[in-house]
Amino acid sequence: MCDSCDCGSTSGHEVTIQRPPGHDHHHAAETRRILVELDVLGKNNSLGAANREFFAKQQILALNLVSSPGSGKTSILERTVRDLKDELSISVIEGDQQTMRDAERIQATGASVVQVNTGTGCHLDAGMINRALPQLNPLPHSLLFIENVGNLVCPALFDLGEAAKVAIISVTEGEDKPQKYPHMFRAASVCLINKIDLLPYLDFDLPLCKDLALQVNPELVFFEVSAKSGAGLEGWYQWLRHKFAHNHHH
Amino acid sequence: MSLAINIVDIAVSEALKAKARAINDIEVEVGQLAGVMLEALSFCLEAAAQSTLAETATFTLVPMSGKGHCLACQHEVEISEFPAQCPDCGGFGVRIDTGTELRIRSISIDDENDRRR
Repeated sequence: MCDSCDCGSTSGHEVTIQRPPGHDHHHAAETRRILVELDVLGKNNSLGAANREFFAKQQILALNLVSSPGSGKTSILERTVRDLKDELSISVIEGDQQTMRDAERIQATGASVVQVNTGTGCHLDAGMINRALPQLNPLPHSLLFIENVGNLVCPALFDLGEAAKVAIISVTEGEDKPQKYPHMFRAASVCLINKIDLLPYLDFDLPLCKDLALQVNPELVFFEVSAKSGAGLEGWYQWLRHKFAHNHHH
Repeated sequence: MSLAINIVDIAVSEALKAKARAINDIEVEVGQLAGVMLEALSFCLEAAAQSTLAETATFTLVPMSGKGHCLACQHEVEISEFPAQCPDCGGFGVRIDTGTELRIRSISIDDENDRRR
């Protein structure tokens, strides 16, 4: 559902969509109501829990990278793999609607990678990760990046079994993006603000962006980075190392 | 759209378990903080129900209000959207207690009288 606007215009009312009966009922029918009480995302959540259990057993730190299209997820990932591959074993699941392009870019860095193409789907779900894992076959004690489809709406709803969601925004976007897509920024633990090498040429108000994000999620941790120049990436790497070491103690 | 398909799938599977002939209505609780807009969900549900047991069903979407409490002063906070702010101390550290649900509450189904009795 690309429908996070939360306009609230219908709050307090029950919405009923009525359709005229399609055909005559020839038999006398008895109507009854049965209780279902099932979570709509229940199937995804149980597959997500199974993935999480697998990651825990294998001591794999899985991170779900989310952003709008064009914020630089893949560039950050390429740079991160190149800079850390000598100290950590890293594999990647790439999610896109179409093409193998991102998987090819990641493969060129030396990390093992599988591409998940969602077709018309606008997000990865736990089942897709579940099916991708045997193909990827990530090593125990390793780091797994899951690059979600570029979309700040739907991926917020689907738990993949990750240890944390990492949201990426770039300074070429509006600084109010965290308040426009609050569900994602609430679901994320870390926010990378990318392309800071462009700040001198833009009106992007970095402190305002952080303030707006912190109103939505006061626990959000920020790293201001440039995948191009490498600026600020060391802080992100320190966070990864710390999280990785902590992951092993469970 | 995948949420709508999930809803129809779950409803159809429950209806089949109950040996229903058709689904008349599907009642879904939609939390105000679930990240789902009612109008968009309704639209997708109609599409998802095509050629299923729920083809002629109505969808009753029940909005569930968002509530939480302030982590700083424990004050109860009504949350209709984010950012959520405590009306008492102004803090933004608010834990959500209700309003994120996305749950099928019940379905209304048609049995055939003459077969059942």
